[in-house]
Amino acid sequence: MSGQTPPVDGGASRNPAPLPGIWLPCRTLWQREMVRFLRQRGRVIGALGTPVIFWLLMGSGLRDSLQVPDAAENVSYLEFSFPGAIAAILLFTAIFSTISLIDDRREGFLQGVMVAPVSRASIALGKILGATTLAVGQAIFFLVFIPAAGISTGVGSLLATLAAMILLAFGVTGLGFWLAWRSESTQAFHAVMNLVLFPMLVLSGAFFPTAGSAAWLQKIVACNPLTYGVALLRHTLYLDSASPSVSPGVSLPMALGVSLAFAMFTFVLSLLSVSRETTRVLQ
Amino acid sequence: MSDLVVVEGLGHRYGSRVALESVSFVVRAGEFFGLLGPNGGGKTTLFRILTTLLPSSAGKATICGHDALRYRDEVRRRIGVVFQSPSLDLYLSARENLRHAGRLYGLSGRTLETRLESLLDRFGLADRADDLVRALSGGMRRRVEIAKGMLHEPSLLILDEPSTGLDPSARRELWSVLEGLRDRTGVTILLTTHFLEEAEHCDRLAILDRGRLVACGSPAELKARVGGDCIRVDCERPDELARSVSSRLGIEATVVDGQLRVETRDGPALVGRLMSEFGGEVRAITLGKPTLEDVFIHETGHRFELADVVNAVGEKP
Repeated sequence: MSGQTPPVDGGASRNPAPLPGIWLPCRTLWQREMVRFLRQRGRVIGALGTPVIFWLLMGSGLRDSLQVPDAAENVSYLEFSFPGAIAAILLFTAIFSTISLIDDRREGFLQGVMVAPVSRASIALGKILGATTLAVGQAIFFLVFIPAAGISTGVGSLLATLAAMILLAFGVTGLGFWLAWRSESTQAFHAVMNLVLFPMLVLSGAFFPTAGSAAWLQKIVACNPLTYGVALLRHTLYLDSASPSVSPGVSLPMALGVSLAFAMFTFVLSLLSVSRETTRVLQ
Repeated sequence: MSDLVVVEGLGHRYGSRVALESVSFVVRAGEFFGLLGPNGGGKTTLFRILTTLLPSSAGKATICGHDALRYRDEVRRRIGVVFQSPSLDLYLSARENLRHAGRLYGLSGRTLETRLESLLDRFGLADRADDLVRALSGGMRRRVEIAKGMLHEPSLLILDEPSTGLDPSARRELWSVLEGLRDRTGVTILLTTHFLEEAEHCDRLAILDRGRLVACGSPAELKARVGGDCIRVDCERPDELARSVSSRLGIEATVVDGQLRVETRDGPALVGRLMSEFGGEVRAITLGKPTLEDVFIHETGHRFELADVVNAVGEKP
């Protein structure tokens, strides 16, 4: 408090709070995401366990029934679907983390943020970076299965994969943020998730090769931003191998370019939705 | 600058429904100012406009010298806001909640920690500061909310229905906390309320009904407008009685909520006359100094609690 004696003018001339800039609010919102995640134990277990089980069961079950075209003879389904499993982990954890935005609105935390002199960009950025961190953190855990998938990676390849994961996570988190900001309830959000995100994942070349499928399907695959994310992961994972056992299908510059553009696009989308709206916060 | 809040001709519509219409008033620095009104009267809309969350569709609100619509960040850094619904993160402790809030207001490092500790101390939260907020009682949570609003030492603290949901003892505690704050720091306090008893404690009041400002002044001033005394008569046929009182005694009598109501300078004398003239019809007669409820009836012609119902019905599109 400012002093022992009340100012004569009722505090009207008191110094206003400093303007916080972009990074301090962004950092504090990011930190809050981390703490909240760690305190909700169910989220930790669910987030780590689900994709691993999914990958192991699918991979083992489909091992003999799926022929991978354009690939070396000995490529296993576990290996083929490994980059796709990473993409799935990134997509689902990033999107699930942005659901907390709906909770923030419902529980009221968001209204307190909206009346602070904080630039709307740092609100979006703090939240998106928080969810990105959680997604990438979980995907990193998953990388211990690289030997089990039968992929040999060097340091360069691992670092490149990490960078690709960050880029991908940022992009899909932006998408999640934008969807969550517009959703009235978590139920509505789940519905949208199933309608949009599941097909996005399936039609990305993550779990089955799309090279031999129907022309119309291939068109959708080519328009799906996640296709390029999965391709990017295929490139980075085999960066150190002389001859990759699975062809990514898209060139590295193309995969990188589209993934960057997608990340920028979803971030701008999120930013616009936060800036435009002020009234719905107080529901 | 002694007027901290200047509201001029403020209006707002949600679609075609008018929520606020040409409301004007002033809050002076250092005041304890109340916005009193029944639910649906326009308080929440006004609160949203004053806290920069809602752009008004007409008129102007100037807060601490800055236009609430055009210079939102200038206003935001000078006001503390306490919402009616909770705004705390339940998975964080009180201390963590305050720390995050402080950083949103540009505070960090030693400055933030010192303020935070002194607020926790002053609000009696020091022993529970590291418990998750979800484990705290309603009254304690409310204190954390207020501490959060005061962290950046605002010139104006705006509270929306701060005592809603609190039991009477927590409500009294809240008021002593607010009064202590005002006396110690000189912060100007603006709160919305639909409790008449609560409004009595304010230095000045603005009374809102159906989106319009019906009266503004100190509780004493407002009551003085009503006149000396208020008499209420409980009887079988209030409308008939009102007519006969008007014609036989030549004074204005109204019927409010099934009761005959008369405002007069000399209450005791009129009670005597009413009893001698109409004693047979009177079931019960009450004489009292005007309350804020009487002020509300005087200005709007209907009762305060009933206004809730009227407004709720009127709200439907």
